[in-house]
Amino acid sequence: MAKRPEKPAHSGHNKPALALHVPEPKFRPGDAADFSHLEIPQAGLLTRPDETIHPSEIGDFAYGLIRVLGDDNLAHGAWDPKLDPDTLRTMLGHMALVRAFDERMFRGQRQGKTSFYMKCTGEEATSVAAAMALASDDMVFPSYRQQGILIVRGYPIVDMINQIYSNKADKLKGRQLPIMYSSREHSFFSISGNLATQCPQAVGWAMASAIKGDTRIAATWLGEGSTAEGDFHSACTFATVYNAPVILNVINNQWAISSFSGFAGAERTTFAARALGYGMAGLRVDGNDVLAVYAAMQWAANRARANAGPTLIEHFTYRAEGHSTSDDPSGYRSAHEREEWPLGDPIMRLKKHLIAIGEWDLERQAAMDLDCAERVK
Amino acid sequence: MKKPRAAVTADTERRLNMIEAINEALDIMLARDPDVIVMGEDVGFFGGVFRCTAGLQEKHGKTRVFDTPISECGIIGVAVGMGAYGLRPVPEIQFADYIYPGLDQLISEAARLRYRSACEYIAPLTVRSPFGGGIFGGQTHSQSPEAIFTHVSGIKTVIPSTPYDAKGLLIAAIEDNDPVIFFEPKRIYNGPFSGFYDKPVEPWKRHKDSVVPEGYYRIPLGKARIVREGEAMTVLAYGTMVHVAEAVCIAKGIDAEILDLRTLIPLDIEAIEASVRKTGRCMIVHEATRTSGFGAELSALVTERCFYHLEAPVERVTGFDTPYPHSLEWAYFPGPVRIGEAIDKLLKD
Repeated sequence: MAKRPEKPAHSGHNKPALALHVPEPKFRPGDAADFSHLEIPQAGLLTRPDETIHPSEIGDFAYGLIRVLGDDNLAHGAWDPKLDPDTLRTMLGHMALVRAFDERMFRGQRQGKTSFYMKCTGEEATSVAAAMALASDDMVFPSYRQQGILIVRGYPIVDMINQIYSNKADKLKGRQLPIMYSSREHSFFSISGNLATQCPQAVGWAMASAIKGDTRIAATWLGEGSTAEGDFHSACTFATVYNAPVILNVINNQWAISSFSGFAGAERTTFAARALGYGMAGLRVDGNDVLAVYAAMQWAANRARANAGPTLIEHFTYRAEGHSTSDDPSGYRSAHEREEWPLGDPIMRLKKHLIAIGEWDLERQAAMDLDCAERVK
Repeated sequence: MKKPRAAVTADTERRLNMIEAINEALDIMLARDPDVIVMGEDVGFFGGVFRCTAGLQEKHGKTRVFDTPISECGIIGVAVGMGAYGLRPVPEIQFADYIYPGLDQLISEAARLRYRSACEYIAPLTVRSPFGGGIFGGQTHSQSPEAIFTHVSGIKTVIPSTPYDAKGLLIAAIEDNDPVIFFEPKRIYNGPFSGFYDKPVEPWKRHKDSVVPEGYYRIPLGKARIVREGEAMTVLAYGTMVHVAEAVCIAKGIDAEILDLRTLIPLDIEAIEASVRKTGRCMIVHEATRTSGFGAELSALVTERCFYHLEAPVERVTGFDTPYPHSLEWAYFPGPVRIGEAIDKLLKD
C-alpha cells in the first residue's frame, strides 16, 4: 500500500471507526435452518392491476409476493389464471419430466457418460409455467437453468441428450459445453457461459420486433447473482428507454454457487424492486407456485403485447441442489435449508392442487412417474 | 439537418471526404435493406459527433436511425439481439477508446454466436468506431485497439484509408454475415495526413481516391490494395499510416511497394507474400503500441512464409509501449523520422 499523506489538522474524525460490512448467510453447514424471518403472505391477497398500468402505481408489487396456491392447495384471489385441468395436468407432466431428466443426466454425469450437468430441481415452475404463458414463437433468452422451456416447447429429449453427450448427433457439433442448448426452431436462443449477456440481447430482439411492427415478444431469464453484472443494468436501461416488449425474469433461488443472495444485494431490498428505479413494472412472485408464475408471466406478456412496456419479475424460489455436478453445497450451506424452505416444492404443490380439485389421483400420478422414467431411460 | 454535400469539381467527378463517403454508404444501405439499423450515442437527431450519420434520421426515420443511452455494453448487446432477430445493425462506438465496456458482448457473444450455435444464429453487426491518433486526443481519443480484435476468432477487422475504400468496404461490411469492426481513422476523415505535421493539411479533394462513385458498390473484405508498386522493399500499413509511409517514401525517393491491408482479418496474405518475395525486405507501420500489436502477427507471417527471400530482418515502426500522450504527440506518433530510420536500416545491406 502506498504511504498515505499526513492528515491535515482540520480533517474529520470518525467515531466509531469505519467498518466494512461483509454479508453472511444465516445458516452455514451444521446449522439448523429456520426461515421464520421470511415474510410469506397468504395466497390470494394481492389485487391484479390492469396490464397497462403505470409502474409508479404498482410499486408495492415489487415488495410483496404474488401467491395463488394456498396452504389448502386451492387457488385463491385475483391472480388465479383459472387454467383448465388439462393444462394443469400438462404442466405437471412437463415439470415431472424435467425433474426425471435432471435425475437421469445427473446420474449420467456420475457414471462418466457426460462431463457436466446442471439441474434445476425446485425451480421447475419458473421455466415450465413461465414458458406455457408465452406464445410458442415468443423468443426466449434463457440462462443455463431453464431446460423446462425446451420441454414445454417440445424439443426432443434425444436431441437434448445428444447435446449433453457431445455425440455425433449433437446439433451443435460438440462445440458447446453440455446443457448450452440452442434451437432456433423453438425460438430458444443459444446459451452462453457468460452471465447476463443474454439480457441486453433479449431487449435488442424485442426492440427489433417493435421496429418491424411484429407481434412477437422476448423474454429472458437470469439468476439473482447475475443481476450484479453490468449487462443487467444496461438491459433494464435500454428496455425502459425504448419501451421494449420484453420480460426480464430474475430467478432468485437464494444462491449463486456458494454466495448467498446477500452478495447480489438481497439484504437491502428485493430484486423486483430494481425495476422501480428504471421506471419498469416489477412483480415479485412465489416461484414455487405454478399458478402465480403463470399469472405473472401472462400479465407481463399482455403488457408487452399492448406496447405498455417491459416487466421485471422476481421469482422467489430455492435452488434445492448443488449449483452443478462440479459443486457440493454441503461445503457452504446448511443441509436443512431444503426441507425447511417455506415455499415447498413446485411439483408437489401442483400435484396436491390437482388432487384437491378432484382432477388427479395417486394412480394417475404413478402412471405418469412411470412414463417419465421410461422416457428418460 | 443537412446532408453533407459532395464537392463538384470542374471535371464533374464527384469528390467526397471520408465522412461523406461513410455517410453515403450508410444512406445507401439503409435505403437498400430495410433490416439495416444505425444507432449509437448522438448518431440520431444530431448526426454524430463527426457528422458521419448527418441527415440519416430525417431521411430514414427514427426507428431506423436513433440515439442510444451511453452504454457500450448495452449498444453491442442489443445489436446482437437485433441480429438474432434478423436485422443488420450498424452500431457506432463514439471513440475506439470507449469500445472496452462492449468487449464482453463483442468477444464472448458476437464473435462466437455463429460457431457456438452451429450457424443457427448469426451476429451480422458492423461496429463503426473512429480510431487512431494524430489529433492531440490524448489517452482516450487516440487509441488503436485493432490487435484486441484480430486476436478474437469470429470477428473481422476493417480499416479504410481513403474515401473510395471507406464507402466500398463499409457496404461490404454491412452485408457480411459476421461481426465486423470497422475502424475509421479520424485523423484522415477530412484529408490524407502525410505525417509531416508542420505542413498544411491537404483536403481529400486533391487526392485521387476521393473520387467516389454514386450509388452502390462494394470492395471485397480480405483484399489488400497496392498503393504503389516498387522493388526496394515492401511496406505493410493501414489507415492513416498508409499516407504517412507513402509520403516518407516519396520524400526519401525510395522505390517501395506499399500495401494498404484494408482488412486485417481476413488478411490478404497472398498479396503480402507475393510482394515480400519480390522485394526481399519488409517494413510494417502501425500507430498501435508495439508489444503484441498486429505488426507482430504480420512479422511472424512474413518470416514464416518468406524466410528464404528475406534480405534483412523485418522492421516494425509502431507506437511506443505507453499510453497515448497528449503534449508529446509528435514524439509518440510513428512519423517520418522513425519511418525514415527504419527504411535506412532495412536498406543498409
